[in-house]
Amino acid sequence: MKKLLLSSIIVIIGFTFIGRLSYLQLFRFSPDQILDDPAIKKIYDYPERGYIYDRNGELMVGNQAAYDVMVIPREVKPLDTLQFCQLLDIDKATFMQKMKKARVYSPRLPSVLVPQLSKEDYARLQEKMRHFEGFYIQKRSLRYYTTSGAANVLGYISEVNEWDLDRNPYYVAGELKGQTGVEKQYEEVLRGRKGVKHIQKDRFNRDIGPYKGGRLDTLPEQGKEIRITLDKHLQEYGERLMHGKRGGIVAIEPKTGEILAMISGPTYDPSLLVGRQRSKNYSKLHYDSISKPLFDRSISFEKEPGSPFKTLNALVALQEGVIEPSTKFRCYNGFYVGNQKKGCHCGGGVRNMISGIQESCNAYFAGTFRKIYDKYPTTDEGMDVWEKHIKSFGLGNYLGTDLPTGRPGRIPGKSFYDRWYGDGRWASSTIISNSIGQGEVAATPLQLANMTAAIANRGYYYTPHILKSVGNSGVLDPKYTEPHYTTIDRKHFEPVIEGMANVYKYGTAKWIQVPNINIAGKTGTVENFTRIDGQKVQLTDNSVFVAFAPVENPKIALAVYIENGYYGARYAGHIASLLIEKYIKGEITRKDLEKRMLEKTLEHEYAKPLSGEPFKINEYVW
Amino acid sequence: MFGRGLFGRIDWLTVILYALLVLIGWVNIYSTTLSDPNTSIFDFSTLYGKQLFFIGLAGLGILFVLFIETNFFERFASIFYIVSLVLLLGLFVFGKTIAGATSWYDLGFFNLQPSELAKVTTALALAKYLSDIQTDIKNRRHQIYALLLILLPALLILPQPDPGSSLIYFSLFFVLFREGFPLYYLGILLVMVLLFATTLMFGTVWVSIGLVMLTILIYGFKKKSTKIPVLPFMAIIGAAVLFSFSVGFVFDNVFEQRHRDRFALWLSLEKDEKKLEEIRKTIGYNTYQSEKAIESGGFFGKGFLEGTRTKGDFVPEQHTDYIFSSVGEEWGFMGTATVIFLFSFFFLRLIFIAERQKSDFSRMYGYGVISILLIHYFINIGMVIGLLPTIGVPLPFFSYGGSGLIFFTMLLFIFLKLDSNRLKDGI
Repeated sequence: MKKLLLSSIIVIIGFTFIGRLSYLQLFRFSPDQILDDPAIKKIYDYPERGYIYDRNGELMVGNQAAYDVMVIPREVKPLDTLQFCQLLDIDKATFMQKMKKARVYSPRLPSVLVPQLSKEDYARLQEKMRHFEGFYIQKRSLRYYTTSGAANVLGYISEVNEWDLDRNPYYVAGELKGQTGVEKQYEEVLRGRKGVKHIQKDRFNRDIGPYKGGRLDTLPEQGKEIRITLDKHLQEYGERLMHGKRGGIVAIEPKTGEILAMISGPTYDPSLLVGRQRSKNYSKLHYDSISKPLFDRSISFEKEPGSPFKTLNALVALQEGVIEPSTKFRCYNGFYVGNQKKGCHCGGGVRNMISGIQESCNAYFAGTFRKIYDKYPTTDEGMDVWEKHIKSFGLGNYLGTDLPTGRPGRIPGKSFYDRWYGDGRWASSTIISNSIGQGEVAATPLQLANMTAAIANRGYYYTPHILKSVGNSGVLDPKYTEPHYTTIDRKHFEPVIEGMANVYKYGTAKWIQVPNINIAGKTGTVENFTRIDGQKVQLTDNSVFVAFAPVENPKIALAVYIENGYYGARYAGHIASLLIEKYIKGEITRKDLEKRMLEKTLEHEYAKPLSGEPFKINEYVW
Repeated sequence: MFGRGLFGRIDWLTVILYALLVLIGWVNIYSTTLSDPNTSIFDFSTLYGKQLFFIGLAGLGILFVLFIETNFFERFASIFYIVSLVLLLGLFVFGKTIAGATSWYDLGFFNLQPSELAKVTTALALAKYLSDIQTDIKNRRHQIYALLLILLPALLILPQPDPGSSLIYFSLFFVLFREGFPLYYLGILLVMVLLFATTLMFGTVWVSIGLVMLTILIYGFKKKSTKIPVLPFMAIIGAAVLFSFSVGFVFDNVFEQRHRDRFALWLSLEKDEKKLEEIRKTIGYNTYQSEKAIESGGFFGKGFLEGTRTKGDFVPEQHTDYIFSSVGEEWGFMGTATVIFLFSFFFLRLIFIAERQKSDFSRMYGYGVISILLIHYFINIGMVIGLLPTIGVPLPFFSYGGSGLIFFTMLLFIFLKLDSNRLKDGI
């Protein structure tokens, strides 16, 4: 017993130790990942973010240097606080608070004291900096805009948030990332890849040399410059025209599907979201719940398209063979659904297709619409056929553009009406409003422009897109270079286009003709309503216009949607004709018209429903 | 003239195990203290360079011990013991204070720690006293003399303060147990430790209730034939309850807060998560970092010089008391298991050697050596892997430090020298 005592103790200790060690090293084994090993500091080398050019190679977005004032609290020596605060343009309380925050974060590590000084502030501060120990200036790169427009298309970059960090391990807190628009969509192309150096640290967080001799370090990979399809001048001009108006404009090159302009009103200067005032400006924009400048109306604003939709119904009817271009309908200054009379502004009389489009006759299209449904034994079958044709123009669903936002619009099918009215309890007469683009159909300006491009191409479109080329290679995703054919035969487009051309020559838009350019267009005047204190109240009509030009060889197709702009030719038609002239001729010949559009605003219309007082709508006087 | 005879009789297996432990220790000290890979390993301005120098000194010490006549140690044991007591006393006057403990003499080139020396001399003195023909271990008075021999240096070391080192001397009880000291003393000691821990964990009331339940159980299940004397039994139970009461008092009034915190952490006494976290960050910081470093090693380890936590100096005192955590991080479970195996094998080999001695003195001294080395090993690794509370003792042959290495080496090689002479003894 006494001889074995110590031996057994030794064995017991040995087994206990081995047991504990297997628990620690085998069971609880938690390998140190390089990313979260506390002993390895990662120093990142950020490449410059890629520039963004417009379709003609003009710079839209570049970079500028900004200067952060950094502090290492431990190394701060007593200083002339007053002078320092003056140089930094902050008050003493802010200074003390920021110093405290920095010390709490870490006395040994640098914190940002004042972010993003401008070049001027930096110059002033730089020569005095040596008087202030523990502070230094760190350069960093910010976006620099050479355009005052396209804010929503270009998007902005900002520091990654918790959500980004959870979803994408590439990012580290404090890094910048594209949050909307092109900056978001082409984030990986633009940002490049940061380089990383691994530094071995001690427990006081001091550097003690490269980790593994730098074998795991990588060099930064430059961000690539991209060219987008926007025309900078057209975009800026459109935004000037949009001044004081709400709505969206989209212009597309029909031959390629490239988006030439994408205007949302009201908008903001992209430079507002850069620099020291960024968060203040952002809050202002974000909380403007009345005009919603951050809401991109050109791509996310779905509304009834109005009369431009009539062209599609004409095409469907031709394709289905239920009418000929010469088929006539009589307009009684309106038409009857049962006993109910619906109005029409075309002036009445007998209409064929060309004059129906030209004068935007509601009665003509109501008749056409019914004929489509009457061809089939049941309304359901008629509905399916109609829906298939309309959707082939890219309506009623996401188009699949390379922009991160957007709305699908709405083309109601039979299930939609079955839910609404009940199965078998609706017919073409119930949904007759769809014939003139009111009712339940809805589309975004982008979809309307795309639809117009499909008409301009006589039967196909390319998915609208914003990217023209990356770096020097022009290779695009095949998604954007393959045509999508509509279900309408090419031959049926000519009479419709002739009608649209007549709109300009003789019809609803004859006052805004552009000399020497043949334009095909279609006006739209869309009734719209809002709710004030639970009451449905009608507002001034939305002014809509779609057009493409030149008719023979279309270079631009566009849709203009102006909220409460009254009839189609008034605001939307004016703006569309100016944009077409600007794009095709490069200059404006009709200066009075231009002047009128630049100066007129619709603020008084937008103020009406908010005024709390009774108001008149659709005032004829400008 | 000593030639083949002496070296032929040395137990080479032990020497090889010793050399392996020193070598592995040094490799880990190198990894822990290396800051610039371009310096030579013989650069004495670095800690690993110094340790290499100490290993050299230890080598000289070995030769010195081996060439001294065997009887020398037995004959002068008492004098050595008295000299070391004087040296310990002298610390109160001439001592040099390092890290709050007055445990060193400043010899200029070298800081001498007499408590290390006293481990060797106490082991020698105890062996000498017990092997004396006139000493009878069964005799109560002789038992008390033996206890005094052990406790005197421990008491002198305690106020330095160096409770870790004074704890070491208690290991010499194993020598007494081997020589026939009644084993129930060990039983009493274990029961006291058990009562201490359970009282802290569950409180005096529950421990008392437990003891009463135990009494009832013993009476309930005993065979009819066995008679248990009632009075002494009740007295023992009563004493246990009383002890349990005193534990609370001692813990709250005699211990300092840092000691209380160490126990609180060790026995998970603190139920408040926030406070526990606080203790873990302050008192438990070393243990936490050391466990984390060992955990991160896994089965294969991160590789020699690749331990990021070791390099980052995340574990405080890693080259001295926490050297084993470097083994854990860089060599993984394979490394730690190997070291545990080497130590266990080393100790068992020493027991084998001790038992083959014909001379009582040699055997008793051997047990002293084993006891001292074993308790260092047990407390140190137990602390590093988080099984025991933080008690600062070095890992023999591994930890950085001159005094430690040299005296551990002397301690061991005096025994090997005695062993080499075993055939001449007892004739």
